[in-house]
Amino acid sequence: MLTKRIIPCLDVRNGRVVKGVNFEGLRDVDDPVTLARFYNDSGADELVFYDITASYEGRPLFADALKRVAAEVFIPLTVGGSINTLEDFDRVLKCGADKVSVNSGAIQHPELIGQAAKRYGDQCVVLSMDVRRVGGHFHVFAKGGRVDTSMDAIEWVQYGADHGAGEVVVNSIDTDGVRGGFDLPMLTAIGDAVSLPLIASGGAGTREHFVSLFQLPQVDAGLAASIFHSREVDIRALKAYLSDHGVPMRL
Amino acid sequence: MIAIVDYGVGNLYSLRCSLEHIGAASVVTREESVLRSAERIILPGVGAFGDAADKLRVLKLDTLLQSLAAKGKPLMGVCLGMQLLFDEGLEYGTHKGLGLIPGRVVPLAPVAVGLKVPHMGWNSLDIQKPEDPLMAGVRQGAYVYYVHSFYAAECDAALVATSSYGAQVAAVVRRANVCGTQFHPEKSGEVGLSILAAFAKGGA
Repeated sequence: MLTKRIIPCLDVRNGRVVKGVNFEGLRDVDDPVTLARFYNDSGADELVFYDITASYEGRPLFADALKRVAAEVFIPLTVGGSINTLEDFDRVLKCGADKVSVNSGAIQHPELIGQAAKRYGDQCVVLSMDVRRVGGHFHVFAKGGRVDTSMDAIEWVQYGADHGAGEVVVNSIDTDGVRGGFDLPMLTAIGDAVSLPLIASGGAGTREHFVSLFQLPQVDAGLAASIFHSREVDIRALKAYLSDHGVPMRL
Repeated sequence: MIAIVDYGVGNLYSLRCSLEHIGAASVVTREESVLRSAERIILPGVGAFGDAADKLRVLKLDTLLQSLAAKGKPLMGVCLGMQLLFDEGLEYGTHKGLGLIPGRVVPLAPVAVGLKVPHMGWNSLDIQKPEDPLMAGVRQGAYVYYVHSFYAAECDAALVATSSYGAQVAAVVRRANVCGTQFHPEKSGEVGLSILAAFAKGGA
């Protein structure tokens, strides 16, 4: 049976993990390799790396970190952040990424989805979207959630699905950081629009939130960062808890 | 030495890293002499069947792999690399495969009714032939990582293990010295590493 997935997300800047990392017993918590290995060993089903390096000059440090992670972690790695061109796909795939997530780059150049799918396969292209309610509609936001594109999220996800995206990440700006639970109405609406694997992001605060999340048949995976980094929620314990609540999990 | 066939398709870095992790020496190559002298060969691949089959043909690797397999060289296909071992693939048209294992590669969508395609994520193994060397360290129901939209059908004799996803998806297949996995062993945690180790240490 296909399981639901739990995915920790690491924000990496200039080769180091940033924000909210608070592990006990790990000396170098800023080292992506140490953290990735920790998650690999604690039952994470995949890892996501976001490159939030601001400068072009900083990119080689991310590439190096990614390579070192890929060399030691034997679960799927998705890389996102600053993916604007096919060359960006090529750059991170050569460093060991399995999937590449596009967000603002695809909003600016929608043809990037189709071009990347054609060259690297649908399975490689993850459409990540930051979505917020505006006047009763779901709008897609660009630039890390700062700019309202006025694009309708339902139409955008359908465009992505029609042009070769193999998976979708929906980050709800409305619930992000609030830790009050995932945005179930938004996930339902977007999940109903496509038949692609759907990863939910934004709002995880407790393990109960994941139980509610996986009651939605549209959702395949839950992604979170700070609650895992802070160890408020332990992934292995979370997965056992979900399994006890009838959610298929890889234990 | 394990030769990983480099024909311009797929992510070879992870595969190399996992082989290194289990202590198996490997080389990424498309050189005939290197492939001939290698003890074992892995055919990787992601992407579309037709493109990949064309690339093998253009590089004349199709006939080379067929002749090496016929001579008994252990050959393992991974994901699309496994699909290419079969007679033909029906992805965007009908394309000839290597014909090393009888069967054809067909779309999942018509059989995975009510399920999402691609079949993406961790699914459990139903092992039909536990005696197969590749399954030595693998327990019934172990999880492996899949990403694919097509699967090998009409290959019952070759089935070592399957996973259920609408269809009975060929997970591990074998015909004599030619074997393959639909899932990515290099991305399937400890289970995948143990399968690679079994191949590296003579499991084919």
